[in-house]
Amino acid sequence: MVAEATATARVRSLDATRAWLERNLHSTSILDVERFSFYYGKEQALRDVTLGIPLDGVTAIMGPSGCGKSTLLRAFNRMNELYPATRAEGTIRFLGQDLLKADPVAVRRHIGMVFQRPNPFPKSIFDNVAFGPRVHGERGRARLAELVEESLRRAALWDEVKDHLKKSALSLSGGQQQRLCIARALAVRPSVLLMDEPCSALDPKATDRIEATTRELAQELTVVIVTHNLQQAGRISDHVAVLLAGGVLAEFGPTKAVFADPSCDQVADYLCGRFG
Amino acid sequence: MIREITAETEKRQRAAQRVAFALLAMSTLSAFLALGAILYTMFANGAEAISWQFLTEFPRKLMTEGGIYPALVGSFYLTAGALFLALPFAIASAIWLSEYSRGGLWVRVIRVGVNSLAGVPSIVFGLLGLAFFVKVLGFGVSVVSGALTLALLILPILIRAGEEALQAVPMSFREGALALGATQWHAVRTVVLPSAIPGILTGAILGISRAIGETAPIMFTAAAFYMSRLPETLSDKVMALPYHIFVMATESPNYWKTRDLQFGAALALLGMVLLMNLGAVVWRARVRRRKQW
Repeated sequence: MVAEATATARVRSLDATRAWLERNLHSTSILDVERFSFYYGKEQALRDVTLGIPLDGVTAIMGPSGCGKSTLLRAFNRMNELYPATRAEGTIRFLGQDLLKADPVAVRRHIGMVFQRPNPFPKSIFDNVAFGPRVHGERGRARLAELVEESLRRAALWDEVKDHLKKSALSLSGGQQQRLCIARALAVRPSVLLMDEPCSALDPKATDRIEATTRELAQELTVVIVTHNLQQAGRISDHVAVLLAGGVLAEFGPTKAVFADPSCDQVADYLCGRFG
Repeated sequence: MIREITAETEKRQRAAQRVAFALLAMSTLSAFLALGAILYTMFANGAEAISWQFLTEFPRKLMTEGGIYPALVGSFYLTAGALFLALPFAIASAIWLSEYSRGGLWVRVIRVGVNSLAGVPSIVFGLLGLAFFVKVLGFGVSVVSGALTLALLILPILIRAGEEALQAVPMSFREGALALGATQWHAVRTVVLPSAIPGILTGAILGISRAIGETAPIMFTAAAFYMSRLPETLSDKVMALPYHIFVMATESPNYWKTRDLQFGAALALLGMVLLMNLGAVVWRARVRRRKQW
């Protein structure tokens, strides 16, 4: 079912997926989180979180340090379980299918991720972007070159690197490296792109470019971004989820509405920068 | 409450620091002096014996004249063979320990086992080689028995070096690969292992320099007192540098006559080990400069 839905999404874009979601699930959320809790050993990082990530636009996950926002994001592509002694309760549905029971390798082919610190492989720029398609069996040179160019263009990096695709990715600046990582994730043609504080290691100018790129990308796929930067969330997100200490979801809704009129004092305090 | 430090306290603390530094420096110096003394003795006594003929000729007249060529070649065969046999197993074990094992009792037992293997006296490896490779498997006293025995000896060194090299690869590389839908094996093969290769090879060179200097593991399994020709097959005996030195120093009827040759052979051995270690250090430094993450 996931395969069918994402295949549709790949061929026919967001509109097709939207139609599919409405017809089959009567919903507009691509990811449905239901009473989701997560534990690191005995420590509970997320408590009974329920929300639906809308198919359209950018959804920001915010909250003070240690509130579990990264854990929630990394639950979507099953990255948390790389570490021992973790446990999840509740369900997350991706296009209607139980994400937590699926094969994590398959999940990650549909849900891509960009990390907090740029982490290009110590390979050439080309090989970095081609890594995902190669993992999935793409061997044709022409096809790879096409995918690499398309992905670098979508990540707004093509013009800067097109003449030296063979150079090491580590020779790029921090901002370029992060856009390379975005391109690398896009080359797999995911339906969802997860971004874990992608600008926290970058300067303001590089941050601007990533934000603009993110807005662009949201025209074509679902973006979920973790940020602790209020202005950034205000600038780029359409929906915002606010988690508070203990991993409790305190607020979820359209960004403008939440920022204008937070439903509880704690969220208001957080949004006014009084803590966190 | 913070008290002002009086001038006297300050003076005392500085004096204590000076004493401590002096002691630390002296300890370092003494270690350095010991190495220096060894090197000096070797060079002073052995340098004269070293010549092109010495390195390329067979021993003559009951080893009281001539060179060390067959011993050099033998040592090369044994060490290269040991590395060839041990490296694949070591890399595989290191990958399993570092990437796949999820901790727990079993893994701890294995790791302790590997580390204790590194502490087993080399003569024990020699006896094991004699009992198992030479007798049970019937390989006889041969290159293959010696290489297998040396392989066992350096295996724990290589495993540990490999594991450390893999652990030094940033976690973010693994996460990056897995997040693209790679299986763990694919991530190891295409990203983690290539990044760890320089570290693994440095470990390999250290393993070689350990193996090349060992006498006990090969004296019952591979080494020949004297051979008039180079080994032609893997089941031939070989001469080897450390054993050759041992023989000249203890078994030769005229061991005082061969004093210069002994020093020369020892210097050649030392030179090989030092060269390899130097190579490892330079290589690692170069790779580190090239790959910064």
